[in-house]
Amino acid sequence: MTLTKRIIPCLDVDKGRVVKGKKFQNLQDVADPVDLAKKYNDAGADELVFYDITASNEDRDIFVDIVEKVAAEIAIPFTVGGGLRTVADIQKVLRAGADKVSINSAAVKNPQLIKDAAEKFGRQCVVLAIDAKKVADSWHVFINGGRLDTELDAIAWAKEAEKLGAGEIVINAIDTDGEKNGYNLVLNKAIAEAVNIPIVASGGAGTIQHFADALQAGKADAALAASVFHYGEINIRDLKDFLQKQGLPIREVNEHDI
Amino acid sequence: MIAIIDYGAGNIKSLQFALERLAIPSLLTDSKAEIEKADAIILPGVGAFTDAMKQLRLLGLDEVIKTETAKNKPLLGICLGMQMLYETSDEGGMHHGLGLLKGAIRRIPDNVKVPHMGWNNLDIHQKLPLLKHVENGEYVYFVHSYYAAEGEPEDLVADARYSLSIPAVVQHGNVIGIQFHPEKSGKTGMKILKNFGEMIS
Repeated sequence: MTLTKRIIPCLDVDKGRVVKGKKFQNLQDVADPVDLAKKYNDAGADELVFYDITASNEDRDIFVDIVEKVAAEIAIPFTVGGGLRTVADIQKVLRAGADKVSINSAAVKNPQLIKDAAEKFGRQCVVLAIDAKKVADSWHVFINGGRLDTELDAIAWAKEAEKLGAGEIVINAIDTDGEKNGYNLVLNKAIAEAVNIPIVASGGAGTIQHFADALQAGKADAALAASVFHYGEINIRDLKDFLQKQGLPIREVNEHDI
Repeated sequence: MIAIIDYGAGNIKSLQFALERLAIPSLLTDSKAEIEKADAIILPGVGAFTDAMKQLRLLGLDEVIKTETAKNKPLLGICLGMQMLYETSDEGGMHHGLGLLKGAIRRIPDNVKVPHMGWNNLDIHQKLPLLKHVENGEYVYFVHSYYAAEGEPEDLVADARYSLSIPAVVQHGNVIGIQFHPEKSGKTGMKILKNFGEMIS
C-alpha cells in the first residue's frame, strides 16, 4: 500500500489543437486535445497537463472550452497552464474543470500570485513550472517561453515557491527539452532534495529507461513527456509494465474504459 | 436529486460531469430551499479550510446542512468537504468545522512529501454499500495536505498508507466522508459514486 509514481502526458494546445515543437520552436499540429486526452486516460495515464500556448484572447476562450470538454470526458486529474496571470484567470480554468493550475513566468514576475492562489484554492492545486537552463555553474530560471534569463537560481526559486504555497513543482530542463536524450537528472535530484513537495521531471524523455532514471536517480515523483506519447514511440501501458518490473510503485493499467 | 453545495469551491465541474455520466441527477446550488428538497447532499471541496467554512457560514449553509443531516438525509463530503465534517482543523490556525464527525483535522507530518498527491490504494476495513464492487487495494487519487486524525475507529471504512494511516472513507450513519477525489479516480471512483447514487434512490 503506497503512493505510486505518476506518468503524465503533456499536451501543448494552440488554437484548439495539440501541437509539438522542439526547444519551444517549430510547432507541428498533432491531434485534437479531447481525443488525445481520452486515449491517454484509457491507456492508463495517471494525470494530464494542458498548456495553452496561444497568445490572443479569443484563442484563450477556445482553450477554456477545451478544458471543459476534457473534464466532461475523462476521470483522471489534469493540470492547466499557460497565460494564467491573476487569481481570476486561475479561477476561470478551475471552474471549467481543471484540478490544478501551472504557473510559470507570471509567478516569477509576481511571486505573490502563488501565495494568493494557494490561500484561495489550496496549495494542492498550485503547480509551479520552472524552465531552467544551465548557465556557468548554476541553473537559471528562464521565462517567456524560455527566451529570457531571469538570472534567478532555480533551486533557490523552488524553495521560495514552496514557502509561498506551491504544492508541486514541474522542472522543465530547456537544454534537454525535445532532444530525447533523457531528463536532466542532476537538476531534478537537486530540486527534489531541496524541497518537500512533489517534483515532476519534464523535458528530454526518449526511451522507457529515461523515465525509470528520472523516477529513481532523478528522485522525481512523476515524469512528464509529450512527443514520445503523441507520436506513439512509447506506449503508456508498456512503459508502466517496464517501470513496475524495475520495482517502482506504479498504478497498474487495467481497464480505464470510463 | 442530489444538492451539490455551491460555496465557490474550485473544481466542481468534474464532479457534475461524473454524476452526469452515471445518470445521477444533481444540482449545484446555494439555495436553502433546494437543499431541503434534495434527497441527498454533496459537500465538495477544493481549497482552504478557513475560507470554505467562512463562506458556508456567510451563506448560512452550515445550519441547513446540520438540520438536514439530523433528519437522516445522506451527506457526502469530498476531500476538503470531508474535512469540514469534523469538529476542528489546524489549517491556518485552530478552526471549527461542522462537527458532524468526531475528530480533528491535522497536517500530514513532514517526514513525507506534503501534499499527499497521486494514486494510492485503499485498505478496506468495512465492506459497506458505498464500497460495493470495490476490491481491497484498488487505486484512487488523493491530493491533500491535511487528514482526519483522532476519528472514531468504528467510523473508519477504508484508509490509505502514507507514512501513517490516512482515513480515506469514513461513515457514521448517514454522514459519509471521502478524502480522495472519486470523480478523478477512474473506474474505482465511478463505482463509488454509483454506489452513493444507489444508496439514496
